[in-house]
Amino acid sequence: MSKQRLGQTPSQTVGPFFHYALPYENDSNLIVGDAQGQRIVVEGKVTDGNGDPVPDVMIEIWQANATGKYDHPEDTQNKPVDPGFHGFGRCATDKDGIFRFNTVKPGAVPGPGNSLQAPHLVTFVFGRGMLKQLLTRIYFEDEAHNADDPVLNLVPEARRPTLVARKAGASTYRLDIVLQGEGETVFFDY
Amino acid sequence: MADVIGYNREEKGAQPPSLYLPYKSTEFRAPKQPLVILPHTLSEVTGPVYGHGRVLPIDADLTKQHAGEPLGERIIVSGKLLDENGRPVPHTLVEVWQCNAAGRYIHARDQHPAPLDPNFSGAGRVVTDAEGNYKFTTIKPGAYPWRNQPNAWRPAHIHFSMFGPSFINRLVTQMYFPGDPLFFQDPIFQGIPDEKARERMISRFDLDNTIPEWALAYRFDIVLRGRNATPMED
Ligand SMILES: [Fe+3]
Repeated sequence: MSKQRLGQTPSQTVGPFFHYALPYENDSNLIVGDAQGQRIVVEGKVTDGNGDPVPDVMIEIWQANATGKYDHPEDTQNKPVDPGFHGFGRCATDKDGIFRFNTVKPGAVPGPGNSLQAPHLVTFVFGRGMLKQLLTRIYFEDEAHNADDPVLNLVPEARRPTLVARKAGASTYRLDIVLQGEGETVFFDY
Repeated sequence: MADVIGYNREEKGAQPPSLYLPYKSTEFRAPKQPLVILPHTLSEVTGPVYGHGRVLPIDADLTKQHAGEPLGERIIVSGKLLDENGRPVPHTLVEVWQCNAAGRYIHARDQHPAPLDPNFSGAGRVVTDAEGNYKFTTIKPGAYPWRNQPNAWRPAHIHFSMFGPSFINRLVTQMYFPGDPLFFQDPIFQGIPDEKARERMISRFDLDNTIPEWALAYRFDIVLRGRNATPMED
């Protein structure tokens, strides 16, 4: 007998007053020890449909470690978890709409079928004026696998650059998040 | 590696649109381009696993975070985290935050001319137990005004943030109180299209968990997305 399906609890905005509750010490630093791989900074600015910086959103990222392993029981790849690395990060934007994470470049991870997904950060955007969170991804411009990434290839070609961070220094990548309008970031229905 | 089993998608009517003009600040923050439909991959069905080490019992009692007792009506809020298949969501982090009994947040940007309470910060955290249950003690938050429309007031609410078994289970919501007279004019509450789904955000008075001569109680169960294919043993 199948049980009756329960209804989902609706999403509500995180509102403007989350800053004393959700941010925590070192929340935007995913390197918690002697992490393997290339250490990078991923930063960007969040702007709204007027082009104004958004100083009250919260960005969360989830990513694999440098070898492409997620620290989660459903990642059954025979690869080690990195004790020096935590795959989750959280960052409230500052007064200029800027977010910044210290992390490592993730490895490629399995995709649908036998495909491989290019290195990427799964990225949620929460904010006042957003009744539900938005899902996007951050890729890296210097990754050869971007060309055959199964998710990037679902995105109209002209809009793909909105998901690809550019090098902005020896170990810094930059990707602005545009909530609406010219150069609007691709968000996913998930 | 085999394909992963995905999660259910948004329940139609139960989740708000990004653009809902009665809530004014959605106007310039909602995407205008169509969303791209994402298959659920290993990246989406995994997510941060929280242990118990980082959350202390004191984090679940918002009335004991300062030297004195906060003002207001002491309440116990508890409930169960489930998925759509009725399965408990164990060992996951629940974060809560709220204003004080007078309707004021300690947040620097809250300019509502109601008093701050030196004995109340209004932030707490709790990890669900093996059966998905959570419980915390707090005071009943007040209603507060905001500038969305003339004479706009938020119904009393507690903000909730949940993780769950995967990153796409991530849910941020608000818990409301039964019988609040302010629901009709609140575009955040009304932003949920389906009335039945909207009512899932209203907690119910919970006589069983009241503590005589000490605290009233409310129950709020939370349903996260379920797996869209269930294992054979069921
Ligand atoms: Fe609030």
